[in-house]
Amino acid sequence: MSEKKRRIISVDYLARVEGEGALYIQMNGSTLEEVQLKIFEPPRFFEAFLRGRDYREAPDITSRICGICPIAYQMGAVQAMEAILGLEVPEPLRSLRRLIYCGEWIESHVLHIYMLHAPDFLGFPDAVALAKVAPEAVKRGLRLKKIGNTLMTLLGGREIHPINLQVGGFYRLPEKTELLALKPELEWAREAAIETLRWVAGFEFPAFEREYEYVALKHPSEYAIHEGRLVSNLGLDIPISEYERHFEEEHVARSTALHSIHTGHGAYFVGPMARYNLNFEQLSPSVKALAEEVGIAEHCHNPFKSILVRSLETLYALEEALRLIELYQKPDTAFVSGPLKAGKGHGCTEAPRGICYHRYEIDANGLILNAKIVPPTSQNQKTIEADLRHLLPLYLDKADPELQHLCEQAIRNYDPCISCSTHFLKLEVARA
Amino acid sequence: MKPKLAVWKFASCDGCQLSLLDCEDELLMVAEALEIAHFPEASRAVVAGPYDISLVEGSITTPHDLERIEAIRAQSTWVISIGACATAGGIQALRNFQAVEDFMRMVYARPEYIQTLSQSTAISEHIKVDFELRGCPINKNQLLELINALLNRRKPHLPSESVCHECKLRGTVCVMVSQGIPCLGPVTHAGCGAICPAYQRGCYGCFGPSDSPHPAALSQAFKSLGVSEAELVRLYRGFNSNAPAFREESLQHE
Repeated sequence: MSEKKRRIISVDYLARVEGEGALYIQMNGSTLEEVQLKIFEPPRFFEAFLRGRDYREAPDITSRICGICPIAYQMGAVQAMEAILGLEVPEPLRSLRRLIYCGEWIESHVLHIYMLHAPDFLGFPDAVALAKVAPEAVKRGLRLKKIGNTLMTLLGGREIHPINLQVGGFYRLPEKTELLALKPELEWAREAAIETLRWVAGFEFPAFEREYEYVALKHPSEYAIHEGRLVSNLGLDIPISEYERHFEEEHVARSTALHSIHTGHGAYFVGPMARYNLNFEQLSPSVKALAEEVGIAEHCHNPFKSILVRSLETLYALEEALRLIELYQKPDTAFVSGPLKAGKGHGCTEAPRGICYHRYEIDANGLILNAKIVPPTSQNQKTIEADLRHLLPLYLDKADPELQHLCEQAIRNYDPCISCSTHFLKLEVARA
Repeated sequence: MKPKLAVWKFASCDGCQLSLLDCEDELLMVAEALEIAHFPEASRAVVAGPYDISLVEGSITTPHDLERIEAIRAQSTWVISIGACATAGGIQALRNFQAVEDFMRMVYARPEYIQTLSQSTAISEHIKVDFELRGCPINKNQLLELINALLNRRKPHLPSESVCHECKLRGTVCVMVSQGIPCLGPVTHAGCGAICPAYQRGCYGCFGPSDSPHPAALSQAFKSLGVSEAELVRLYRGFNSNAPAFREESLQHE
């Protein structure tokens, strides 16, 4: 083994991901010896300090796991508690929850498309640099992102860590007129989302496809966002309460995040591409037509093209928001309640970056006995590493800086939210 | 030369630095007025220090954090801690009331892989901080006001009274007086715009204690509404449990 052939690429701090992580790659000639996604986000111990808290505090506390997708955490927590108490959240409260979740999908997806992912394809370090040459595109992105946050603020009180979701429903219900006031901007945004899709469809994508096990929620009558059964393209079909019988978490030395695997199967894929490949039929006719126009009708197996899928889901979320606003009639009560009882309950929703699972057990006084929360990024981590293992041998002739950029891009394909997954990234590439 | 802005992260949810990216109408203007020199969540480009303004998000929870925060202070003219984690230790400071080893065993199968300090602490407990922006999360308008004030060398207009004042300004009827809902508004720092009472719920203190709060008097009023001692402890032990006024009051009811 010659020393000249050993290459080590080490990225100490991955940029444009939410949270802190690193990547270490070690190659010996054309042999890839080691790929490690390291997560050094410091542990915050949510599952530990939830013990002894009142069940009604869980949505506000777990929201603080992630500033980018707080609704995913709040929704998982309230669903689990509602399952314990046997509460059924009726219409139109159920639809209002779907509406605020559309807001979170829009703000998070557009943040990722315009500010975190697009600069990779266009060779810019960030959206501000991109704005110098493509100001109209970046301004469109910012305005589009803002409508997502406006929905969050109206229905949630504020865009980051909303305060309006509670076990059984909401604290305050919006007036129909407040929702209708958002219509003109949502209608602009629907056109802007189509422009976004056509803009990103013009990017160059590395030819890279693999076979994955996709895992997502599936609902009988709608493109699943906040409820459904857990399904995969390899035959999984379970109620969310059976999640822990089919998935397990491993703790590895390099990481403060726990890695999830599908027991007996291994790595799996959650997020927009998983939802798209499993639930395409339930998208709207206009979204399906545009999917065909950009060449990914029904299926997309190239994670670099996840930016197309995010754009399509953004459009879908905007259409849904408009539909739900039209249907809304303000009910008399903002929430349902029932007698307190001890028990165990589960929650699972589609956070912008994939399924987010919650399980809680509470005692007869409503105090939390134990909690388990599995965020999307820790579920994708093994798949991201596997992508890098498949991708690197195809590009070994590239110099280290280019290779590093390609690896970072392959990681950003998953919109990893590192803050969430600690319970996640810095790149090191070693070439032997 | 434009002033240089750096954004740093310690233990946190990323929500406070996201507030800067959530300034959809102002972000490009901010980027005109100063150079965004170090902001890993938004950019691959890193411009070396020194920096004029360092925004610090998150609390100090690992041995390595202690070294990083010293280095940030050494290369920054103004250090501004943003959010409840940076100004009071955050929700993760709930470990300060228990044994962190027990917490590690509850969450991680292999606690020996984890390096963590027994306490989650505010930035100002370790270095000189020039300004603190409260909130879980911070209010983005307050962040813009502070950056604007620093760039124009004027005093920022950031009120330090209680949330009660903001309810009056907003015209919200007091939820505690009119509906008997326990509300931390009287002892909580203004800045959010009194959102919770306007949404028919009590303030849960996410901006931390106001200037000269009187939590003992508020606790008495809570008790007359039927709030138990255990509930009082939980009320003060939220997102600012390690802020002195809230910590001391929670210990009174344990």
